[in-house]
Amino acid sequence: MHPGIIFFLVILGSVLFHIFTPWYWTDVASNWGGMDDTITLTFWVGGGVFVAVCLFMVYCVFKFSYKEDRKAEYKPEDKKLEKILTWATTLGVIALLAPGLVIWNQYITVPKNALQIDVMAWQWGWQYRLPGKDGKLGTTQITNINENNPFGINLDDPYGKDDVMVQTDVLNLENNKPVKILLRSVDVLHNWYVPQFRAKMDAVPGIVTYYWFEPNKTGEYEVLCAEYCGVGHYAMRGRVIVQDNQDYENWMQEQETFSDLVAKQKALEVEKTKLAKK
Amino acid sequence: MSEDFNDNKTIQAQSSETISGGSGASPDMDYVRPAEVGDQDLYHGHSFITKWIFCQDAKVIGVQYFLLATFTGIIGLILSWLMRLQLGFPGAAGFMTAEHYYQFVTMHGMIMVVYFLTALFLGGFGNYLIPLMVGARDMVFPYLNMVSFWMFFIAVGVLLASFFVPGGPTGAGWTLYPPQTILEGTPGSGMGILLMCLSLILFVAGFTMGGLNYLITVLQARTRGMTLMRMPLTVWGIFTATVLAMLAFPALLVGALMMSLDKVLGTSFFMPTILKAGEVLEYGGGSPILFQHLFWFFGHPEVYIVALPAFGIISDLISVHSRKNIFGYRMMVWAIVGIGGLSFFVWAHHMYVSGMNPWFGFFFATTTLIIAVPTAMKVYNWILTLWRGNIRMNTVMLWCLGFIVTFVNGGITGIFLGNVTVDVPLSDTYFVIAHFHMVMGIAPLMVIMGAVYHWFPLVAGRFLDEKLGKWHFWTTFLGAYSIYFPMHYLGFIGVPRRYFEMYDSPYVTSATGMNEFISLAAFLVGAAQFILIFNIIKTLKTGKPAGSNPWKACSLEWLTPTVPPEHGNWGDRLPVVHRWAYDYSVPGAKEDFITQTTPPSEVADTGVEKT
Repeated sequence: MHPGIIFFLVILGSVLFHIFTPWYWTDVASNWGGMDDTITLTFWVGGGVFVAVCLFMVYCVFKFSYKEDRKAEYKPEDKKLEKILTWATTLGVIALLAPGLVIWNQYITVPKNALQIDVMAWQWGWQYRLPGKDGKLGTTQITNINENNPFGINLDDPYGKDDVMVQTDVLNLENNKPVKILLRSVDVLHNWYVPQFRAKMDAVPGIVTYYWFEPNKTGEYEVLCAEYCGVGHYAMRGRVIVQDNQDYENWMQEQETFSDLVAKQKALEVEKTKLAKK
Repeated sequence: MSEDFNDNKTIQAQSSETISGGSGASPDMDYVRPAEVGDQDLYHGHSFITKWIFCQDAKVIGVQYFLLATFTGIIGLILSWLMRLQLGFPGAAGFMTAEHYYQFVTMHGMIMVVYFLTALFLGGFGNYLIPLMVGARDMVFPYLNMVSFWMFFIAVGVLLASFFVPGGPTGAGWTLYPPQTILEGTPGSGMGILLMCLSLILFVAGFTMGGLNYLITVLQARTRGMTLMRMPLTVWGIFTATVLAMLAFPALLVGALMMSLDKVLGTSFFMPTILKAGEVLEYGGGSPILFQHLFWFFGHPEVYIVALPAFGIISDLISVHSRKNIFGYRMMVWAIVGIGGLSFFVWAHHMYVSGMNPWFGFFFATTTLIIAVPTAMKVYNWILTLWRGNIRMNTVMLWCLGFIVTFVNGGITGIFLGNVTVDVPLSDTYFVIAHFHMVMGIAPLMVIMGAVYHWFPLVAGRFLDEKLGKWHFWTTFLGAYSIYFPMHYLGFIGVPRRYFEMYDSPYVTSATGMNEFISLAAFLVGAAQFILIFNIIKTLKTGKPAGSNPWKACSLEWLTPTVPPEHGNWGDRLPVVHRWAYDYSVPGAKEDFITQTTPPSEVADTGVEKT
């Protein structure tokens, strides 16, 4: 069999695989459908180039296989052809880059009404903090973290008092409300990633990083750590539940604020001292 | 200066030869400038040790590099088998804990990128081919060249020693990102990472010795008439890659050094305030992202340190076996140089979601997509070289065609990942794994194999077996393609990389079957590589003798007075070069190739366009 046939079948197989693959992305559940569109566009342009180049190669292999009496063409350069190819490629590249940059601009420009959520990562787990009625998160410091202050909130920051603390790895979000994820880590690198939301960013100890999205499908999603963070990396999962307004409000009511926790701790201590006195 | 040397006896003999040479046509057209420096004095080994072990012959050093790199590559291959065993059939290897898995991942990556590919292309092919292709007797600093290999030997020794220290080798991922690299919770965060850093430092030191040799040999030791624009693209590729390596490796060196200091002396270059198991560690103020910048400032040029020699070599192989000049030679040279220069301005496309200032995304996406243009030009020129050629469908050509398919495939997926928006959902998933294995693993491997089948007749004087070669090619190509092509789609689902186990996440259970298939293909492809080893052993014993210039190539390495070439390469007289390395199928010429040493007067009535 002529080797060209096998190469042709490889190209054909690749295209068919792409068309009929049962493995493809999950349905997007956030506003980042534009990322999918950019991928689709890249598939058309890039895939087209791949198929065209490989088919041309296969054609050459068939057409110009070695024959004793054939003489290859002698043509060291073809300035015109090289120029055409350079410009065509440049145009193709611009066509791919431009929409990409537009969407990147959206990605790093957070809407003003986005709800700020503090996502705190450690080896190996997550917990979350949401602003209270004042709409602002209190400032934090890693060195403040202890049993009574699991997020390390600065005690003299008035914004921190009413912060809502979600001390499990399950976060509830309101459907169709943009959120700004503020990532921080107390130990090593992590990355809070929900495949259906498409977005991700590393959590880096020492700084606060961010990204934003707007969930637009209610349901339950798995959170995966997407940056290698040590031996428990693969087990560092969490969950996100996207709810309608009413369910979300109900959930919010049940959550504890920082001042609740402080009060509870104080009560406990009073209780303890009472017991000790008896 | 040059006048003094012109008095030198040998050189006079050479220039008089040129003036009187030729076959009747004007002798002036054969004029080549006299040499500016005298002939190199070489140290000839006279015992087994000085000839084969502590040897100063670049060709032997090249083979030594090749063998040691292949040895570490086989270790890397075995590690990949163990990883695939876990991924395809979780729990099948009873001893495999998450710690082991991450250690294997890390060592596989580091071995393959640095100790296998880099050492093999630059140390192996660079040493063997540069002096032969530019018409030198040897590298300009043969002793330093020997030390370079033995530094590499020690570096490999230190690297492998880390398998046997308490805690085992580092399991931080080949990117070695701090802070986790040097903290408990990552396997091998004690001795393992220190040995890794030490090994890298030794490698860089050793490589610098070799690299100086490659650069200065190309710049200073080319034979008469071998202008830069007459050099084979192989030499251009290796030369430019070495320039990159000399500028990029220092970033890795200081990164490794600073990390060792963070570990041993408790400095905080890369270490911010960290809370671990309820305790605040004694670090503070450092930046983990700084390390990522240093690493990728090395890491991205590193991709081209591997790719550029591969580009060069494949250009030569395609040209020789298509019996046609490489299309657009000058553009190919400038594309190599341009890609090399641009490769220093794209590093942070590995860091789009690292938490660096997001505004960098615009800059690095743009530079990354710009680099696609010269790369695409190279691809066009390869296939345009095939166009209207006279293509020998031998094993070498098959590897070339396999390279084109895998490289274009991996290049296109690179455009996905380089375009910052598309990278957001795909980064840290299996799409990335599939992309870089296709473009930086399989494609260069195709070139290495093509080069082995092409130059083996020169190194050993015998042809490798074609039938075995074809089996080797088809199992490797079809197997590797069916590993990495479907793997991209795991990335679309969202499967993250560096997961020891997936559990039962809804979007990965559907991929179980594919994972098993990929693992089986990986076992097969790995095993197929032993066909080559068998082929080499068989050929050395019973292979068909190749004789001189068996492929009818134009370039100098095939024109040595003896095959395989002896120490000193050229016998009494250095060759004199009159043309580029690609005069194939020139109209009017007797044969379908005109060697680089053929003076113009001998082919005066042919249609040679370029000299």
